[in-house]
Amino acid sequence: MHGEPVVEVRGLSVSYGEQAPPVLDGVDLTVHRGDMTCIVGGSGCGKSTLLKAVIGLVSPRAGDLGLLGEPIHELTETERDALLKRVGVMFQYGAMLGSLTVAENVGLPLQMHTDLEPALIDDVVDTRLGLVGLAGSGGKLPSELSGGMRKRAALARAMALEPEILFCDEPGAGLDPVTAAGIDRLLLSLNRGQGTTVVVVTHELLSIGRLDGQLVMLDGGRVVFDGTVRAARQEDREDLRRFFNPSGA
Amino acid sequence: MDVQPDAGGRLRITGACTVESVAAGSRRVRLLLRDSPHAELTADLSGITRLDTVGAVWLRRLPSLASEAGRGLHLAAAPAAVQALIDSVDRESPPGPGADPGRETGLLERLGERALGAFQGILDFLYLASDLTWAAAAALPRRRGVRRGDSVRQAAVVGADGLPIVAVILFLVGGVSTLQAAAQLRRFGANVLVADLLAIGITRELGPLMTAIVIAGRSGSAFAAEIASMKFNEEIDALRTMALDPLRLVAVPKMWAMLLTLPLLTIAADFVGLLGGTVTGVLSLDISPAAFAGRVQSALLLKDVLTGLVKSFSFAWIITVVSVYRGLQAGGGAAGVGAATTSSVVSSIFAIIVLDLTWGLVFYL
Repeated sequence: MHGEPVVEVRGLSVSYGEQAPPVLDGVDLTVHRGDMTCIVGGSGCGKSTLLKAVIGLVSPRAGDLGLLGEPIHELTETERDALLKRVGVMFQYGAMLGSLTVAENVGLPLQMHTDLEPALIDDVVDTRLGLVGLAGSGGKLPSELSGGMRKRAALARAMALEPEILFCDEPGAGLDPVTAAGIDRLLLSLNRGQGTTVVVVTHELLSIGRLDGQLVMLDGGRVVFDGTVRAARQEDREDLRRFFNPSGA
Repeated sequence: MDVQPDAGGRLRITGACTVESVAAGSRRVRLLLRDSPHAELTADLSGITRLDTVGAVWLRRLPSLASEAGRGLHLAAAPAAVQALIDSVDRESPPGPGADPGRETGLLERLGERALGAFQGILDFLYLASDLTWAAAAALPRRRGVRRGDSVRQAAVVGADGLPIVAVILFLVGGVSTLQAAAQLRRFGANVLVADLLAIGITRELGPLMTAIVIAGRSGSAFAAEIASMKFNEEIDALRTMALDPLRLVAVPKMWAMLLTLPLLTIAADFVGLLGGTVTGVLSLDISPAAFAGRVQSALLLKDVLTGLVKSFSFAWIITVVSVYRGLQAGGGAAGVGAATTSSVVSSIFAIIVLDLTWGLVFYL
């Protein structure tokens, strides 16, 4: 059974520059509370742009966009900040602040947005790092971590304020299969264990299979499929067949 | 690859038509086309044993090559594999999503776009300058949005770490100023006025100006590079999605650190510049150290020192605003970081000199 919609996109068009053709062209999308949603498609199809538009980093040219029931692009700065505190974002390459240690990165949202005592923040950070398998790495700088560790640290930071919805941009990209599977397990445990709504932008077939949720497929800036992974595999469509079986074997 | 003509207007292309052989083959075909008595020719491809993409593109272009020579040419007898590769390169690639249709723009339109871009750049700069100044002022009473200790760390980097290079440069500048002044004033028997000139020149002008230029090159560029690489690594976006204002968290500590340390560095620079000038003056002129230092002291006016500090305060502001602006404006990649750094230094020095002239008009006209 679906919860209430937490992401509602209607007729969204985005382009980079006034004269440029649209990267997204009339996209409709609904994500319900508690869903695990994978946004998929080939390189350059607009997946990351859609994610950035939903979290307010890219302004739409046309269309309506609601995040947790709020029109994010029409909010004042204060209202938008209040909304974003209910959201976590894990960027493709982690986007950890290079001048801060891993623990300082993970603790930053707590330090800046809450009045928790520093000792309690340290404790929460240690716990979070332990949950993502990075116990003991808090004192390191992001540059001292491997790609997989950086992403896990980014996940711990994204979850710092216990967000209602977690957006992940290519969580498994550039990682070995074992590490990528570990990240997927963490996302599944957040989704199934804590009920966090998770929206993942990816093109990793293995990851899509493991996460096994709603599938939204983009092509040429439009949504060409919106349904479950299982339904997508059973559809008799050339583009879906090519996506799930790119080698054609 | 070999190309042989026959009497019936056929060009037999044989052997490997690949990236290694296409250039020579093309030269040969051009000669044959030029010298051929036939208006219509046929390229016989049946003898091609190997073909790569470069070769296929060249074969596809052969008819237009012939038409440039005033001949007609069509391809014939291609083996299936060769024909398949030619067909694959013959297909026009569909534009990707978001591809620019590549409309040609006229000179006036390009000029207009540039002018609009420059105007927009000025507006963006003014907006950022007011936003950053307001954020720096507003964060003073209420530290929300600024990390504790960041400003002190930045101040140590700008001030303490920058002091040695500022001191060395101002010592030398003081010495050079004295030598140049002495060379002119000696002719009029006014050696003693060198000390006056030194005191006024260093405190009013060279101390604040040279310190600001050194710090713009050393710390302003570092600010721009740091912010540009943060932008490139999506750290700025990450801060925004954490409901944190990058201006407050990243730029405000830099602004505070610069506003605090540049005037302090200027005071140190004034002192070292006067010291350098005094040492050079005593060594090169026939004046005792006590007399020179006394003359410098009597020529020093509190007003000159204070105007120098006002200047350095404004230089600190402009260096920070320019470096933050250039950092946030940076394009992608390592080249973008490098360009942001360079443009930050050039723009800062230009702005410092314009401000210096403005203050000169305000204080001394």
